[in-house]
Amino acid sequence: MKLASKDLLGIKELTKDEIILVLDTASGFKDVLKRDIKKVPALRGKTAVNLFFEPSTRTKTSFELAEKRLSLDVLNLAATTSSVVKGESLIDTALNVQALGADFMIIRHSSSGAPHLLSKHIAASVINAGDGVNEHPTQALLDAFTIKEKLGRLEGLKIAIIGDILHSRVAKSDIYLLTKFNDEVRLIGPPTLLSQELEALGVKVFHDMSEGLKDVNVVMMLRIQMERQGKGFFPSTLEYFRYWGLTPERLSIADKEAIVMHPGPMNRGIEIASEIADGPRSVILDQVTNGIAVRMAVLYLLAGVRE
Amino acid sequence: MKELLNKQDIDRILARMAHEILERNKGTGDLCLVGIQRGGVHLARRLAKKVKDIEGKAVPVGSLDIAFYRDDINIRKEQPAVRKTEVPCEITDKKVVLVDDVLFTGRSIRAALDALMDFGRPANIQLAVLIDRGHRQLPIKADFAGKNIPTAIDENVEVSLEEEGLEDKVTIE
Amino acid sequence: MKILIKNGHIVDPSQNIDGIGDVLSEEGRIKGIGDLPPTPNLRIIDATGLYVFPGLIDMHTHLREPGFEYKETIKTGTMAAVRGGFTTVCAMPNTSPVNDNSSVTDLIITKAIQEGACAVFPIGAITKGQDGEELAEMGIMHAEGCVAFSDDGRPVMNSLIMRRALEYSKTFDVPIIAHCEDLSLSEDGVMNEGLLSLTLGLKGTPAEAEEVMIARDIALAGLTRGRLHIAHVSTEGSVRLVRQAKGRGINVTAETCPHYFSIMEDAVKGYNTNAKVNPPLRTKKDIEAIKQGLKDGIIDVIATDHAPHHRDEKLREFDQSPSGISGLETALSLSLRLVEEGVLTLNQLIGKMTVSPAKILKINKGTLKVGSDAGVVILDLNKEYKVEAEKFVSKGKNTPFDGWVLKGMPVITISKGKVYEW
Repeated sequence: MKLASKDLLGIKELTKDEIILVLDTASGFKDVLKRDIKKVPALRGKTAVNLFFEPSTRTKTSFELAEKRLSLDVLNLAATTSSVVKGESLIDTALNVQALGADFMIIRHSSSGAPHLLSKHIAASVINAGDGVNEHPTQALLDAFTIKEKLGRLEGLKIAIIGDILHSRVAKSDIYLLTKFNDEVRLIGPPTLLSQELEALGVKVFHDMSEGLKDVNVVMMLRIQMERQGKGFFPSTLEYFRYWGLTPERLSIADKEAIVMHPGPMNRGIEIASEIADGPRSVILDQVTNGIAVRMAVLYLLAGVRE
Repeated sequence: MKELLNKQDIDRILARMAHEILERNKGTGDLCLVGIQRGGVHLARRLAKKVKDIEGKAVPVGSLDIAFYRDDINIRKEQPAVRKTEVPCEITDKKVVLVDDVLFTGRSIRAALDALMDFGRPANIQLAVLIDRGHRQLPIKADFAGKNIPTAIDENVEVSLEEEGLEDKVTIE
Repeated sequence: MKILIKNGHIVDPSQNIDGIGDVLSEEGRIKGIGDLPPTPNLRIIDATGLYVFPGLIDMHTHLREPGFEYKETIKTGTMAAVRGGFTTVCAMPNTSPVNDNSSVTDLIITKAIQEGACAVFPIGAITKGQDGEELAEMGIMHAEGCVAFSDDGRPVMNSLIMRRALEYSKTFDVPIIAHCEDLSLSEDGVMNEGLLSLTLGLKGTPAEAEEVMIARDIALAGLTRGRLHIAHVSTEGSVRLVRQAKGRGINVTAETCPHYFSIMEDAVKGYNTNAKVNPPLRTKKDIEAIKQGLKDGIIDVIATDHAPHHRDEKLREFDQSPSGISGLETALSLSLRLVEEGVLTLNQLIGKMTVSPAKILKINKGTLKVGSDAGVVILDLNKEYKVEAEKFVSKGKNTPFDGWVLKGMPVITISKGKVYEW
């Protein structure tokens, strides 16, 4: 069993079996991360370039650590320091990076489809680390890994995703992944941030937390961008928290064993109450650790794809 | 396809190997068996059982996956499946017997040695294999070889085991 | 040079001609039509089995000159027109500088006379700099040769300015061509809003962004009794609004473009920037409504919205890439599919590409009447060919129709007295 494509562009493009392969491989890497020596020589001599056209600390750090623990040589190019500011096109930037000898190009970009554009012009493996409001596939994979690790299964669960679905690539990737595993996915948020049309993807749309959270096994919170409040999506963060913030009372509507996830960075008191973020049901820090294992698995498996 | 060893043959060979291991190490003190995924893991467990039958003492048994340590990443068609690695005890200053089913080029053993070293600094590492079929590409030698079988380089030696849902036997093709 | 086109099937809606006959052209003018005997010193073109139309009119072309010559020039754009069977094109004003004063108009006209392969009629800007604030000198530009006014691509958002434009333009009896898009509603949308835009992660523009603006402009046309022409209608709701307006006797005409009845929003899948166009490609029900609108005469004109771009500009991130399709060389073939599907008769279709725009723009083109200099196009309606973008005459190779197999490419176009043969 191997991945079909040299690139990881999105969960949309993966089959269920491919997702299982990534998750199984990731559990091997999770073991590696528990050792004293957390590094293996698997991809020694290969080079990964992290092309981040959007600011990111979490994802970039996670990829960088994953790369280093696979013995990859790592190069970081941030948009502010690269020639992008000099007006170079994305394809030219990528071709230059490839000429430096990159085997992997990890790209984060504010334009949806930017990794897809690169994949057509670049021989190196392109990994989408978040494109516009399209997808963030490694986040969904680490979410799935965490759910499986905590609840013992990935199928047949009730999972609520709460917040700014409209602008969330994380939510999109999670939806694509979880619906492939026949989970009941419920989206909860204000109608300005959550389109009813998404029900065509096999999910349920709720605007009321107490309805949507009933009996769910997993509560996935999304980050609320502060700049949305000035644009008429909701009047204020205060009002947002009153209706869609995750409080202990609301969490009690969910299944007793429900876990709480958040892709970070969190806005305490805006989308999630601190006592939940730090509470026993929170698996938020496990997500961070698992992110490294999942990204190692993706890099490792893509290295084995010859096109 | 020719059968080289049957169930009984394998059992006798493993019994002898268990005795040899105990003899060389003067008992089970500081001894630890680590099988290479997948065939080696089953054989390590069988050897451990025989050691216990002989000495009355259990030795720790582990498994080692060498996928991350292979040297053929650029030539393989796909990545080897990642299997469980479980090193059962702190291996530093232990006498570790690495167990594999077939010793051929020696490259897997090289990878296994590297993998093992990442877990600690054993007092020594010994190598036990059920079949040694020759054609070494690296300076590696078995300390305990169940059976030496001369082969042509393009022949295929297959060890099938009950643990995998098969019949115990060794065949050549 | 005298040219006698013999035995072609002539379709000329301006004279209600639809049958076999001959056309005599001399120095670019029609000298006779009907059953004509050969005379000496005559080049005879045997059009047996072929169709003969008046040279087509495209009332919505972006020639890009002045200012964007790397995308297209008057020379290459008019050559592309001729290749596609058009002998008259109307140049949209969003050049650099904008065609908002008579010196730019004059430059375009002069250049077109010198280098243009076909007739070029400039369309002037409604407002200075297309900024939507101050009216441009419509009267002077009209005197210089502008046949209509439009802030194409940058709609006049201020309703009062739009009202003034519709009122003032009545002096010269010229149409105001409206690119209808409520910019605050479309925001930075790059494709049709719907499930597909959600799953591609692209910002969508709802159909309503077009429709609320059409509703406003129709209301203003009613108020002012000015002449309103709606550019590139792309939605079901837009067709409905124009239908209602016409029913109420408001002076409104409308156009659509081949891509709005040939392909749907799914053409952008894979982030295909060649299918990025404004207004965006819509859905099946919109296509059906547009076809019905064409059939019922609600949509008067088929125009190309020929919008050539440089290859590098389309090789960008989808949301960074400019909107537009290089349309002159595929428009006729795509439109002929409507005849094959039974949506329009051939006569109706050619009417929407000749007499109908001629009437709106009040130009003496798109006809084979004796004395006309409109040009002639001859084509084989049955011969299939494959669209090859790289072989486009236009500098713009940006088309979502690359590789399509179509019928009805002109074999001869006579434009400005010159015979182009392929």
